[in-house]
Amino acid sequence: MKEISVEIDGRELKAQRGMTVLEVAKEAGIKIPTLCFHKAVSPLGACRLCTVEVIRNGRSRLVTACTYPVEQAIVVKTDSAKVKKTRKMLIELLLARCPDVKIIQQLARDYGIEKPRLKKIKDEDCILCGLCTQVCQQRMGVSAINFVGRGVNRKVDFPFGRMWDECVACGACTYVCPTGHIQNETHRVAQLKRQLGIHRKCRYMLMGAVSNKLCPNNYECWRCEYEQRTEYRLGEHPVLALKLAQRQGGQYMIK
Amino acid sequence: MARLKSSAELEAFREAIVNQRDTDRPCVTICSGTGCRAYASETLSTAFEEEIKKQGLEDKVDLKTTGCHGFCEKGPLVVILPGEICYVQVKPKDVAQIISQTVVENKIVDHLLYTDPVTGEKAVHESEIPFYKNQTRLVFGNNSKIDPKSIDDYIVLGGYSALSKALFQMTPEEIIQEVKDSGLRGRGGGGFPAGRKWQECRHAPGDIKYVIVNADEGDPGAYMDRSLLEGNPHSVLEGLIIGAYAIGSHVGYIYVREEYPLAVENVFIAIRQAEDYGLLGKGILGSGFDFTVKVHRGAGAFVSGESSALMTALEGRVGEPRPKYIHTVISGVWDRPSNLNNVETWANVPLIINNGADWYASIGTERSKGTKMFSLVGKVNNTGLVEVPMGTSLRDIIYNIGGGIPEGKKFKAVQTGGPSGGCIPESLIDSPVDFDELSKLGSMMGSGGMIVMDEDTCMVDTARYFLDFLTDESCGKCTPCREGIDQMLTVLTNITEGEGQEGDIELLEEIAGVTRDASLCALGQTAANPVLSTIRYFREEYEAHIREKRCPAGVCKALISYYIQPDRCKACLICLRNCPSGAITGGKKQIHVIDQGKCIKCGICFDVCPKHFSAIEKISGRPVPPPPPLEARAIREKKRRRK
Repeated sequence: MKEISVEIDGRELKAQRGMTVLEVAKEAGIKIPTLCFHKAVSPLGACRLCTVEVIRNGRSRLVTACTYPVEQAIVVKTDSAKVKKTRKMLIELLLARCPDVKIIQQLARDYGIEKPRLKKIKDEDCILCGLCTQVCQQRMGVSAINFVGRGVNRKVDFPFGRMWDECVACGACTYVCPTGHIQNETHRVAQLKRQLGIHRKCRYMLMGAVSNKLCPNNYECWRCEYEQRTEYRLGEHPVLALKLAQRQGGQYMIK
Repeated sequence: MARLKSSAELEAFREAIVNQRDTDRPCVTICSGTGCRAYASETLSTAFEEEIKKQGLEDKVDLKTTGCHGFCEKGPLVVILPGEICYVQVKPKDVAQIISQTVVENKIVDHLLYTDPVTGEKAVHESEIPFYKNQTRLVFGNNSKIDPKSIDDYIVLGGYSALSKALFQMTPEEIIQEVKDSGLRGRGGGGFPAGRKWQECRHAPGDIKYVIVNADEGDPGAYMDRSLLEGNPHSVLEGLIIGAYAIGSHVGYIYVREEYPLAVENVFIAIRQAEDYGLLGKGILGSGFDFTVKVHRGAGAFVSGESSALMTALEGRVGEPRPKYIHTVISGVWDRPSNLNNVETWANVPLIINNGADWYASIGTERSKGTKMFSLVGKVNNTGLVEVPMGTSLRDIIYNIGGGIPEGKKFKAVQTGGPSGGCIPESLIDSPVDFDELSKLGSMMGSGGMIVMDEDTCMVDTARYFLDFLTDESCGKCTPCREGIDQMLTVLTNITEGEGQEGDIELLEEIAGVTRDASLCALGQTAANPVLSTIRYFREEYEAHIREKRCPAGVCKALISYYIQPDRCKACLICLRNCPSGAITGGKKQIHVIDQGKCIKCGICFDVCPKHFSAIEKISGRPVPPPPPLEARAIREKKRRRK
């Protein structure tokens, strides 16, 4: 693989062809704030918070670091006035949507936003980063939840707004959600536990983590050996790997 | 029909049908585009059919339904061949007269001819009507001569000769070079050089490549692509096959919106006919080049007209754009090289191949070549589809072709490029129309929508209208577009409702800047254009709304009031009877008064008040004068003196 030299904030860095700017920056320990990026899923480029200025062939443009691939020698500025102005406005826009979300409030403080200028449009928890839908689709392979609606009416939901069997309450979405909006897991586990005495697949069976035979514990999940065992053996299943990442502090901000 | 197996067979076949057809035989052609269908042109064609039967002329007269002629203002249009006599606004009751006089006796029915509203002159032929006279109809011209459901009609006019030339006389590289030399730029809005795109796609690694027709035209008021696809689907198909051969693709897609049922129908028919004739499928014209076309019907999302969103939709997922840092010509549909062009771009290709790059490059301006179709709508006399060479001035389009503004009103602005375009004011109306000039003015070519606005249009309200459209149509994937447009709409709505504050304009500019720079796709990046361009050219209107709470055009309901001028009111009771909210009090010989508390500002009283009274006044920016006291309301009639 040919190495390409990338200049980020004045530092000469070496990068492999096809790496994203975010990856290069992260390796070098350069901070770029992100909301919709998670190493477990492919980058979506939805929140646009990782916007950086890229100068290629003498032309400057704003791009998102999480999706911009390094194909040739480029100069990246992660902290120019233009970038700061853009990020500040993006945070202001998100703050107007989700005024009570901790991570947004923290970002607003970091970028020196004291008083929100924009009118509060909604009082939401969800920033529509898409991590939950991405992890459900890409890591669990089910797409039990997805985006519903368009534009300002966009939200994350089950099909037709009803809990369905594709969702096994694996909890992956809950783990990756940066704002704590997704709480399906609790509801779904409760629902699974209510249905006693029938042959059904439990969350671990559906994930393929345990065999598909009848549950030896008669679906009394509190006796589940697997669940107890995984408490000590995290890291085998993607979901559990995520859980581990979550416990170690989460990687929503590259520090 | 046996498949044509060589270029010579196609030519022989063409000659055979040309010889078969009698050019002197009378033929009634009826425009049957969606515009004329809305004027019941289908009933009209049935009426013609019955009338021909009734007069026993089945063997002597042909009847043909064609695609859109473009002059939608005066539909339904009927052209009688071979004299090319053009009748406008034809009703079924006129049919008998047309058949017995024009078709049989070759006389002209005077009252159905087009009359110039300015000079009062009548035009017998389409080419004499100013609307057509000032156009250059290279792409669109054949629409009126072709029955879109008949491939033979297209072949008679030289159809598929460019394909046979490309397949047998040119190498793919030569075709690409020809398109590059012609200077053809993408007609979908971006204006990317088509030849360069083709070349990149041809050289992209991968065996499987796709070519795509973007017929997901969604701009309000724009319908060029629809009319072209409805009226002349084979021209698009021919361009597509040539492009596929040049790029090395064997599968093509036509992404057409389901809201265009006639276009969908005609495209399906065209593909089937081309397959029957051996112009599609395996071994096209015996050349060994295979190409199939599939039709994908869009589910109605404006954003799906954006190339990457269209490709996502083509893959069967929700039409949402994705990052295009790696171009779609390298990684498009299913991550394979995909070349997407607009309907109009593809329809230009056969012209370039047939007539050569030099001919094509001689039309237009230095950096924008060829002609461009516009749909001229709004406050203009001749609504319709217009095709002019690049570089024609806006004034020419609006006044010479469009016939100016109705009712003698003053021109205010023209909005080009659909909801993502900008508004161009009167001072710049002499600017030539091409890709670069329009971008310089803060607007864009877009797909070619052109909305003319007169003095009664409020520019703040216009910007608000377009943002309202875009909040609904934004996919909502990225923050700046979803939240930014919504915030701008909130600010604009406040301004139009009289709640604007100092600093709102600057805030709008700031949000607009970020929406433009940081959005994922072209929808967000251009969404701010209506706001930025109206602020740029009509800042004083914004300021009047914010500072004086005045709407200069008298549109924003919260900022206007209607008032009856006591000295002009003749107590005719018309407004009183028509007021839907019962806000007008008065009576016979009693001056009418509007109760401002009850008034819903619908403007009906303003419209119905007889012109010679003009008693009702729109007031904006100043308080409404108090109504005259009750005792002063009686109108004293002058007593007539007897002789």
